[in-house]
Amino acid sequence: MRMITEARITKTHIIFLSVFFLLLITSCAKPADSNQSIPGQSGMIENKGSDTIVNLALAWVEAYQKVEPEVRISVTGGGSGTGIASLINGTVDIANASRSIKPQEIDNAKANGINPVEFVVARDAIAIIVNLENPIDQLTIDQLSDIYSGKINNWLEVGGEDRPIVRLSRETNSGTHVYFLEQVLRKGDKNDKTLFSMDTLLMPSSEGISAEIRQNPNAIGYDGLGYVTEDMKVIAVSVDTEGPFTLPSAESVNSQQYPIARDLYMYTAEEPSGAILEYLNWICTPEAQAIVKELGFVPIVQ
Amino acid sequence: MESINWKEYLITRMIKVCGYSAIIFVIMIFIFLLREGSATVIEIPPDALFSTRWYPIEDYFGILPLIGGSFIVTIGATLIAVPLGVCCAIFIAEIAPRWIREILKPLVELLAGLPSVMLGFLGILVIAPAVRSILDIPTGLTAFTGAMLLAGMAIPTIVSVSEDALDSVPRTYRDASLAMGATKWQTIWRVTLPAARSGVLTAVMLGIGRAIGETMTVMMVTGNAPVLPTGLGALFKPARTMTATIAAEMGEVANGSVHYHTLFFIGIVLFVISLLINLAAARIVFRQQKRAERILS
Repeated sequence: MRMITEARITKTHIIFLSVFFLLLITSCAKPADSNQSIPGQSGMIENKGSDTIVNLALAWVEAYQKVEPEVRISVTGGGSGTGIASLINGTVDIANASRSIKPQEIDNAKANGINPVEFVVARDAIAIIVNLENPIDQLTIDQLSDIYSGKINNWLEVGGEDRPIVRLSRETNSGTHVYFLEQVLRKGDKNDKTLFSMDTLLMPSSEGISAEIRQNPNAIGYDGLGYVTEDMKVIAVSVDTEGPFTLPSAESVNSQQYPIARDLYMYTAEEPSGAILEYLNWICTPEAQAIVKELGFVPIVQ
Repeated sequence: MESINWKEYLITRMIKVCGYSAIIFVIMIFIFLLREGSATVIEIPPDALFSTRWYPIEDYFGILPLIGGSFIVTIGATLIAVPLGVCCAIFIAEIAPRWIREILKPLVELLAGLPSVMLGFLGILVIAPAVRSILDIPTGLTAFTGAMLLAGMAIPTIVSVSEDALDSVPRTYRDASLAMGATKWQTIWRVTLPAARSGVLTAVMLGIGRAIGETMTVMMVTGNAPVLPTGLGALFKPARTMTATIAAEMGEVANGSVHYHTLFFIGIVLFVISLLINLAAARIVFRQQKRAERILS
């Protein structure tokens, strides 16, 4: 149960905690350090990162407790960037990320003597969501790109009502934000320098996006499939105007029909061993992947 | 006798240390901010730093929209909180019958104890939708929504401190004014309020200080879009404040990166702004006090 409460930690708490830990580290005597140098060996695994994965990671830990009651794993959210930054700073054993690690982050890690190792643990579809009152059912990637970059500002231009478009996005430290920028706004083109429209609302949490979508018929937002609830409308997406327009689901992601889907990652500081390796191996078992499906993500093995 | 002197010496010293520690802490915080943030001045050319685009993951570090965002939210909060707060204080101190006063004062002070996250929830779920439908604007997540909630947080401070100031105006002032034939309103506006002016101004400055430094509520309801506000119309559009930016992004940055230094630089800017507000307040209070003394003595 302790782990579940920890997952609800907000950014302010993180800052608070880091200050606290800073004090703790400076006041601690040497012996504590020798414990830290063997991550996982002490039976305590620190797992932190993407908010998209945090519920999945918690569900895994809960199930893993029954398999290996000896191993303690603590899970916290905060965003992919936060998780990877913690991995680089050496404060976590496993970083969760909904995007792959950037070359610059690898350089930073190497400078700190850490060689990140990548594992794909699940897949996720990014759902485009609008208010239930919005008559729009489908959009192309081009239209989405134009909406979010500020070229389209009224729902009328994509066949909807005469309403201004309010763009909602996750904060820049979210892996979902970076993925959406690269794959939707820039359509996967590395040389494209398109940016989010300046008046895009950057919400600090998935819940912030959901709350605004539920009550504002002008709004459009995006979020991991796992966060979509009954009281919002999911838009069918197509690469071009010919279609087919597909709704995100486990089937449409695995058949690669739904265009906005991605891999979810876990990173370890070194080639994993001991308890961490066992945990990562367990995640790839059908038993663990069944949980992936339950939470609305797409399993890597059936 | 000797033991009393010895105790006296110790107590004086301890009080001295406490007094100086406040100054030392402020200086140490400022040195820390300078050490972490001053690198920004070298890393980012001034025209890029004072540009209008803030998008750190693509190396756009224009801090003007953030400064503007903080200003517009704070100005909005001040415009709402000061008249309401001061009038509420006047009502409690001068007009309300004793029993109402005894209910109102603790209630207002209870309001001050509300956690800001709770106000943020209230903002997201109730005030933002209401602002959107009443004002008929695209989204309720605006600087104005943030300003309203911040006003809600500043009002208890303003009421409590100005009520104390009004309360400490000697009874004789009011009696003299009323004896001269002034009405109750004239007495309040021309005599009691000017006499309590320094206290009321301190209250206002404390309120503004609370508004500009508040983070959580603002982050939840202002939409966080880094758009440079131009004119008062920007009050009804989304805004991103300096505090929200630091809180939202500090967890993500790698130690020692350009982004990290820039966030500390924003911290320096915030620090300097609140220092200036406090200095201005101190000057005004000092001057007013002298004038009030001149008039009333």
